[in-house]
Amino acid sequence: MPLGYLLRRLTVFLLIVWVAASVNFFIPRLSGADPVRERLLQMAAVGGTGTGTVEEVVKSYQAKFGLDKPLWQQYLFYLADMVRFDFGVSITRFPNSVAGMILDALPWTLVLVTVATLMAFAIGSLFGALVAWPRAPRFVHVLAPPLLTLSAIPYYLLGLILVYFLAFTWRIFPLGGGYKVGTQPSWSWAFIQDAAYHSILPALSIILSGVGFWALSMRGMMVTTQGEDYVTFAEAKGLRPRRIFLRYALRNAILPQTTALALALGHVVSGAVLVEIVFGYPGVGNLLYQAIRTFDYPIIYGVTFMVIVAIGLATLILDLLLPVLDPRITYHRT
Amino acid sequence: MSDTSVRLGKTEVGAVGGRGDGTEVVLDVRDLRVSYVTPRGPIRAVNGVSFALRRGEAFGLVGESGSGKSTIALSLMQLIKPPGRIEGGQALLDGTDILALSEEEMQRVRLAEIALITQGAMNSLNPVMRIREQIIDAWKDHGEPVNGREAEERIHHLLRWVGLQPEVARMYPHELSGGMKQRAVIAIAISLRPKVIIADEPTSALDVVVQRQIMQTLRRIQRDLGAAVILIGHDMGLMAQFVDRLGVMYAGKLVEVSPIREMFRDPIHPYSQLLIASLPSLAKKGQFLGIPGLPPSLLDPPLGCPFHPRCPYAMERCRVEVPALELKRPNRLVACHLYEREEGQA
Repeated sequence: MPLGYLLRRLTVFLLIVWVAASVNFFIPRLSGADPVRERLLQMAAVGGTGTGTVEEVVKSYQAKFGLDKPLWQQYLFYLADMVRFDFGVSITRFPNSVAGMILDALPWTLVLVTVATLMAFAIGSLFGALVAWPRAPRFVHVLAPPLLTLSAIPYYLLGLILVYFLAFTWRIFPLGGGYKVGTQPSWSWAFIQDAAYHSILPALSIILSGVGFWALSMRGMMVTTQGEDYVTFAEAKGLRPRRIFLRYALRNAILPQTTALALALGHVVSGAVLVEIVFGYPGVGNLLYQAIRTFDYPIIYGVTFMVIVAIGLATLILDLLLPVLDPRITYHRT
Repeated sequence: MSDTSVRLGKTEVGAVGGRGDGTEVVLDVRDLRVSYVTPRGPIRAVNGVSFALRRGEAFGLVGESGSGKSTIALSLMQLIKPPGRIEGGQALLDGTDILALSEEEMQRVRLAEIALITQGAMNSLNPVMRIREQIIDAWKDHGEPVNGREAEERIHHLLRWVGLQPEVARMYPHELSGGMKQRAVIAIAISLRPKVIIADEPTSALDVVVQRQIMQTLRRIQRDLGAAVILIGHDMGLMAQFVDRLGVMYAGKLVEVSPIREMFRDPIHPYSQLLIASLPSLAKKGQFLGIPGLPPSLLDPPLGCPFHPRCPYAMERCRVEVPALELKRPNRLVACHLYEREEGQA
């Protein structure tokens, strides 16, 4: 792989991260809400403290968080922090560090959503390819309508239905959470088993709703690919149907799918927000949701920045991998 | 058309049907019928076509778009897809009816016995596989050895045979020019030494210089192999240079089958006459003739002879009775009521 290509792609990656991080900085400030005041007023309403003292506390906190400085200064501090992955401390859960909170939540989300996304991609793409394949086994055509219908249901709704029947009515699976209440996360075998058990329902809701999406786009690509001359010529070569399916039709139809997969994987770090909320899953999605509700800027920044970096990385990896998948794409500038 | 402007084929081939003239028939197509089912009724794309190919012969099929040429090619490979359907007929390849074979049996016959060079051969190669892989892919499923020195030498020999460098084996299709791609397709098609090669417009989308080179390559290989070739197209000039006999198709039927030289010198069927007259010629510069009217709808073909609405000699009989493809002169099969049947020959 030429070094020049790698450098060009890296530059683009850094540029994307910088632009997105800047947008990320300015957008929340447009809402005009003051997180410190909101929070203190909430506490005041509950605790009954006088509003006079609140204003003083607000001022002191703003000084502490640097919110009293001019915008451009805040922006520069922000950029410097981002480079060091220092997202500061949470406002609502002071003094927990945001980076630490994200790190705690990230493994949950990474494992759950990555595995579920990859499984949905694999099952969906294969299924979609088979639906478009005239010689496919009969059960594929029987299964197609219900599976495609599932994809039209939003996954959080699917999640609620799964929770109601499988967890609430029949009690096969736990109602929610990432692990049994009362246990401490550890790397013990028992804990991992328990965590896997808890992840089945959320994973299922992501897979079931994702399969249809991947199947539909794959089916469209397969129909186009099967009309190609090289598939007709492959048939004229007397190849076995299985070889034509795998090496000629599916192999070419999957190429556009991989781009979509890379982008989907980039989004993994933000978690499947609604699924995590429905299942009370201790992942990044839940963290982000709580942060948005309470105007906890540092967490919002942190999570969003992680998403930006992840998507940038995913695209970068895709750019490096695509020439391997498709020989027509080269590393050279044309 | 002046005689010098067209290089005619090798020695004239004798009888027309190929039956009982001493030369061995390799492929005998009898009364082939193919329809495409549509909501408005069946479209009879190929409506009772019969012809015979002798070993080593080059047979041309010409006709307007939609006259059923490519459908014949696909049905001989049993590659007609729904809504298309082979309604009837036989295709005897060395005595075996390949239209009656099961899909598994047909897979073994394809490429090994009868090969197809598909229309639009520019896209006939899988863009993500090296040429070498695409050659040995076919060998794998035909039980041929694909590893070791011998296989490598076979690939090299094959590529040289079609006029390509052995290095092409390691290349991807997009690294080849149009002519090279076409040669690679020919290399795959002949790799198992088939008895019959069907070339469906093998040179469309190539410029005339490359066209000529490809056709010369194809002819050389045909002679080396002793294979019969069915060349499908609508380029009469190409036909004149390449084929021994020419079949003219109209609306899913063969209307005339004649040795190529006779076809150009003295076309018998009115459609063949108009077709040949429409060719631009050096002798009659500046004159361009067409055939008035359009081909009929195959959904609702006219009664009688399908050509009668456009035929300048149409008689009352032509409107009611379908003419059969019969021997009207020695070596000439024509489907037309204007001519009397030639006596004495079957």
